[in-house]
Amino acid sequence: MMQIDLWKRVVIWGIVALGLFYAAPNLFYGRVEGHNDAIQAIEMQGANDALTAQAEAWPEWLPSGLVNLGLDLRGGAHLLAEVEVTDVYEARMTALWPELRDALRPERDTVGAIRRQNAEPGVLRVQIGEPSGMARALEVARGLAQPVVSLTGGATTDIVVTGEGDVLTVQLSEAEMIASDDRTVRQSLEIIRRRIDEVGTREPTIQRQGSDRILIQVPGIGSASELKEIIGTTAQLTFQPVVSRSSNPDERPGIGNEVLPSLDEEGVYYILEEAPVVTGEDLVDAQPSFDQNGRPAVTFRFGASGARRFGDYTAENIGNPFAIVLDDEVISAPVIQSHIPGGSGIITGNFTVEESTQLAVLLRAGALPAELSFLEERTIGPELGADSIEAGKIACIVAFAAVMLFMGLSYGLFGIFANIALLVNVALIFGLLSIIGGTLTLPGIAGIVLTIGMAVDANVLVFERIREELKTARGPSRAIQLGYDKALSAILDANITTFIVAVILFALGSGPVRGFAITLGLGIMTSVFTAIFVTRLLIVMWFERRRPKTLEV
Amino acid sequence: MRLRLVPENTNWDFFRYARYTLGASILAVVLSLAAWAFIGLNFGIDFRGGTTIRTESAQAIDIGTYRDALQPLELGDVSITQVFDPGFGADRNVAMIRIQAQEGEESVAADLVANVEAALQTVAPDIRFTSVESVGPKVSGELILTAIYALGAAIAAILFYIWLRFEWQFSVGAVAALMHDVILTIGVFSVLQIRFDLATIAALLTIVGYSINDTVVIFDRLRENLIKYRKMELRDLMNLTVNETLSRTLMTSGTTLVALIALLVLGGDVIRGFVFAITWGIVVGTYSSVYVAKNIVLMLGVKRDWSRPDKTTAGTQFTTSGDDA
Repeated sequence: MMQIDLWKRVVIWGIVALGLFYAAPNLFYGRVEGHNDAIQAIEMQGANDALTAQAEAWPEWLPSGLVNLGLDLRGGAHLLAEVEVTDVYEARMTALWPELRDALRPERDTVGAIRRQNAEPGVLRVQIGEPSGMARALEVARGLAQPVVSLTGGATTDIVVTGEGDVLTVQLSEAEMIASDDRTVRQSLEIIRRRIDEVGTREPTIQRQGSDRILIQVPGIGSASELKEIIGTTAQLTFQPVVSRSSNPDERPGIGNEVLPSLDEEGVYYILEEAPVVTGEDLVDAQPSFDQNGRPAVTFRFGASGARRFGDYTAENIGNPFAIVLDDEVISAPVIQSHIPGGSGIITGNFTVEESTQLAVLLRAGALPAELSFLEERTIGPELGADSIEAGKIACIVAFAAVMLFMGLSYGLFGIFANIALLVNVALIFGLLSIIGGTLTLPGIAGIVLTIGMAVDANVLVFERIREELKTARGPSRAIQLGYDKALSAILDANITTFIVAVILFALGSGPVRGFAITLGLGIMTSVFTAIFVTRLLIVMWFERRRPKTLEV
Repeated sequence: MRLRLVPENTNWDFFRYARYTLGASILAVVLSLAAWAFIGLNFGIDFRGGTTIRTESAQAIDIGTYRDALQPLELGDVSITQVFDPGFGADRNVAMIRIQAQEGEESVAADLVANVEAALQTVAPDIRFTSVESVGPKVSGELILTAIYALGAAIAAILFYIWLRFEWQFSVGAVAALMHDVILTIGVFSVLQIRFDLATIAALLTIVGYSINDTVVIFDRLRENLIKYRKMELRDLMNLTVNETLSRTLMTSGTTLVALIALLVLGGDVIRGFVFAITWGIVVGTYSSVYVAKNIVLMLGVKRDWSRPDKTTAGTQFTTSGDDA
């Protein structure tokens, strides 16, 4: 009547053992974490004695997966950035203007004189001298379009050209905007990842969220503003010829030139040629260093084509100043002393050591294609996280002890079976979290505590049912059997509804809420498993050995 | 000896005071809605944007001095509260400073945090900033929507599931009990002005999950009894059901509450609001599954003959109980 097949017993104990095995590393958190870090360090930079000793502190054959601690427990910074994807449209139109001008120039007889007009960002507006030549102008402009393959399958071009009166308007097409947005966000994601990797922190989370957002979580970093400095800087580096210096920011720079402020010197402006000689994209390396006076500086090296252009330019312009521009500010404008072959150089300015190190990191990782704006930022100090872990631990232990006492007093021996199942339950939650690499957050701890309270529910349902069946049924064996059979429907209904809630929380929540949903959901699965299988197996094993005539639950 | 929360065989009439309990529930719901409408909720920055800074200092905190230090920055609405927790010693003085979202800023104000930190350091040199969180208005608006979707989706999913497993009357009863619990929790948050943020929404959803769990267990037994005692008055049948499941209801609520109270007292101040919401919800949820959900089912009436398979209902069962009756 109450038989459980041997293979089922083996499977149940096997799952329990596996759960305990995978949960075990979490009991030695510090040691296992040291082991994992050491192994990673050895892979990266080779072994040394200290690292090997650290790696050997935890045996290789044991699992080393740990429950990740969320930012609220470990401390660190969280940023939600929005990529200003429309920045790129503007850059595209600026780049298109010379191209369009060159294409229209041979047609001057039909279209007349061409002049660029002011337009809103992302739109290029050109006035032509002969309105009658508009058809030809449109044809030429459309000739510049590139095909775009959109997701919907329809092939379109990247620009839309329209004409009205004597004004020709060019802007990006809908399909190209979508494609461009996607490219911009993906590039930004890649560059942010490279920059954070350069700084080298542990397990950063860098995720795309929605169409134009990026979520960045870096444990162990001091503050969100520190993180913002690393990823928020666009780091567009250009080398531009200097036309003149000025103290007037509103000075008319002349066609093809621009006015940019100096980074260090207040009130000093440079008039530069707009077209750069070389840009940051030509760099292959940048390192922090010191100049001949011992001041912090950044040395850099160009790739082959960049080096050639840089060499040629310096050879032709000895004695002229040359501006190094970062994000529209002139870092310095040294005078070219001699021809610089080989494509390497040094950037000096009023840097501190930190600034030069950071600039080198930014230059190596590359420039962001668009600016970022930060919608959400959170910093959690490591000591607050440690406090939370400590408080959570104590609360868990007390909750555990209280629930176990309560169960023992209420159901006697069966209560103790339920308590064993409860311990297994928590071990399974940690084992599963370690295997799937789940993250434990502060609300997640609350989820575990709630699960401790609720995990006994399934047992309570069964035990109460057994009590009832004992009044009517024929003998304890039958009562236990009926108790389990009849409680099953209620257990499943009750847990499925709660599980639905956990799934919705996971799908719609973020960060800590999601952590709560994970432990709640896993807790429901493991508690149903332990109540239906583990407690039952314990009872059956006890029953087989003792064969009691009467039963007190 | 066994600990028993309820006597072995109870035969309490849960409907004797039905008029009063239902009246009390309706009154509580109305009062909660009124508190929500007139007092309003103390929304955290998740929902209205702004910045919160948690500070820690060995010196005693004088809120007035902090306020004066921040005055010149002209930050608009600034609230400063001291946080107390039995876990803090005499040399740990914690304060929470909340600053409203700055005018005309879609995203997080850039220098705000640095300025505030510098200003506070002048009055309390040893001050440390253990957590700083800023949410821009753009995100907070979306977070509100997501929270409403989450609650709505959870309730709809449960409504559907109960309808699938039982009958529509049960669905209505269960969802009425859920709304009752959620609204009463919102009411308490409004009256006590506890911070209402994303974690509170998670707590509300947990309450939804727990309350439905409790209600479903009673419904499940009710369905079983409907098959077992075909001739019994529905009212008596329900009383029998609640009496039969009462021990379990109180045991489960008891163990869960014991665990939660441990967390409430010892779990630290960071999640106290969250844990409080769940604790309160479980008390209310236990009450509502006994007094709200089934009263509504009784009012709506229910199909009595469950013995023959009925093609018009969607009810499905995991086990075929009733063969031992």
